[in-house]
Amino acid sequence: MNKTTEKLIVAGFGGQGVMLLGQIISYTATEASLNTVWIPSYGPETRGGTANCSVIVSKESINSPVVSECDTLIALNEPSLKKFESKVRQGGTIIVNAGLVKEYSYRDDVTVYPVDASKIALEIGNLKTVNMVALGVYLGATGLFTSDAIEKTFEKIFTGSKEKLIDINKQALKSGIEAAQA
Amino acid sequence: MAKVLMKGNEAMALAAIKGGCDAFFGYPITPQNELPEYLSYHMEQYGRVFVQAESEVAAINMVYGAAGSGARVLTSSSSPGIALKQEGISYMVGSELPGVIINVMRGGPGLGGIQPSQADYNQITRTGGNGDMKVLSFAPENLQETVNIVKESFALADYYRNPVMIAVDGLLGQMMEPVDMDQPVETREVPPKDWAATGEAAKRGKRNTIVSLHLDPYKLEEHNLNLQAKYTKMIENEQRYELINMDSEPEIVLVAYGSMARIARSAIDALKDEGIEVGMIRPISLFPYPQKAFDALSEKTKTLLTLEMSLGQMLQDVRLASNGKHRIEFFGRTGGVVPETDEIVSKVKAIMKEAV
Repeated sequence: MNKTTEKLIVAGFGGQGVMLLGQIISYTATEASLNTVWIPSYGPETRGGTANCSVIVSKESINSPVVSECDTLIALNEPSLKKFESKVRQGGTIIVNAGLVKEYSYRDDVTVYPVDASKIALEIGNLKTVNMVALGVYLGATGLFTSDAIEKTFEKIFTGSKEKLIDINKQALKSGIEAAQA
Repeated sequence: MAKVLMKGNEAMALAAIKGGCDAFFGYPITPQNELPEYLSYHMEQYGRVFVQAESEVAAINMVYGAAGSGARVLTSSSSPGIALKQEGISYMVGSELPGVIINVMRGGPGLGGIQPSQADYNQITRTGGNGDMKVLSFAPENLQETVNIVKESFALADYYRNPVMIAVDGLLGQMMEPVDMDQPVETREVPPKDWAATGEAAKRGKRNTIVSLHLDPYKLEEHNLNLQAKYTKMIENEQRYELINMDSEPEIVLVAYGSMARIARSAIDALKDEGIEVGMIRPISLFPYPQKAFDALSEKTKTLLTLEMSLGQMLQDVRLASNGKHRIEFFGRTGGVVPETDEIVSKVKAIMKEAV
């Protein structure tokens, strides 16, 4: 990791894989012997409703697990962008699934990566990989972890019947990284 | 051992298995459902018992029965579910039955909400059961501490022949954190359970009966005095706490437990950045309350700021522990609202302003 502490909020529709995206970062951090906390919103969420989680990764011990101000926001839809945009610190980063956001006036004191992750996921052949495309954009934008480290996490957590998902997720991750650097 | 990333509820479930839990009885309630869910898969693999009861009341009475047979037993629930179990817990205390109860607290009163809360403090320390009863209780602040306490608690319950309650708020139940499941924990020399009702009266030459009913008031008083002696022993031996940033003998000392203590730690760091030193007493045991930490406070400490995710429940114990020696202040959020670091920082600054 290239900094002391990273605070992240991931938000989107229920079913977009928001929780898994955050967990993969925490799993990768654990593997790298870093401190990490993952917290889900656990309200009465339903498929199609809103879902979010917060992640902290740090070289130091983590005190408050609550993320009041984040370094990065990954918003997979417009309602999430509107809800959490103000939580991003000045100079922070917003990664947004631009295909699900109509004309939008972004804050000018943050770096915005508008990437149509849904479109990229569809091109790969599975819309469900939208979260991993966004994760790729996040890696490309922040350089927090290498794609190798994330791919190792895929291999660790996609086991049994989910093993067949590893390749397409690696592909989604790669496309996301490329999109961030484009 | 390497650390693994686990969800709080699942880590507590695995810790119970590692702590030697023979049987689990419970009934679902948010935000602790992953705990019984995990055990429903894994208890069988270890040849142990898992039962989803038809209600909380049934579950705690199954705990009573299994504990009476000498098993190491666990139940888990959340605040309103714990309230339903109070009758059974009182019976366990009265019958001197060991057992572990995990309470993943949510907002109240009544059904309340499902977000994190510490508003069970009175229910835990004063207990919702009848009689002169106490439950040994712990409130850890992170998953490593939680796992270690869960593992240790089965032996503690056996040692005192009394229920042990582990109280975390919903945040700790729901969060994922890296944890070493195999850190060694303190063990206790526990005498054989020759009191257990095991169906072996013929072999033993006498029948063991387990009751909480004593109709002769003198016998019941004597029984209560014996229980009281156990509580006194807990007060002597089980006070647990951590002191944070106390070397500078700060004028203001925070008192907070569980998730609130972690948020307070961030506030201490933020204040330090501004050149303001405040310390903290972090109670880990709720009963017994860590009186020793307060007795050892420097004379330079003038103000105790109690912080809770409830509206002044532990505040009473802080007043008792201070015994009039300090100015007592309070800040709390409730109903499932988790405070932010800045709110504590502002409260400390407001206190400093008033003091001038």
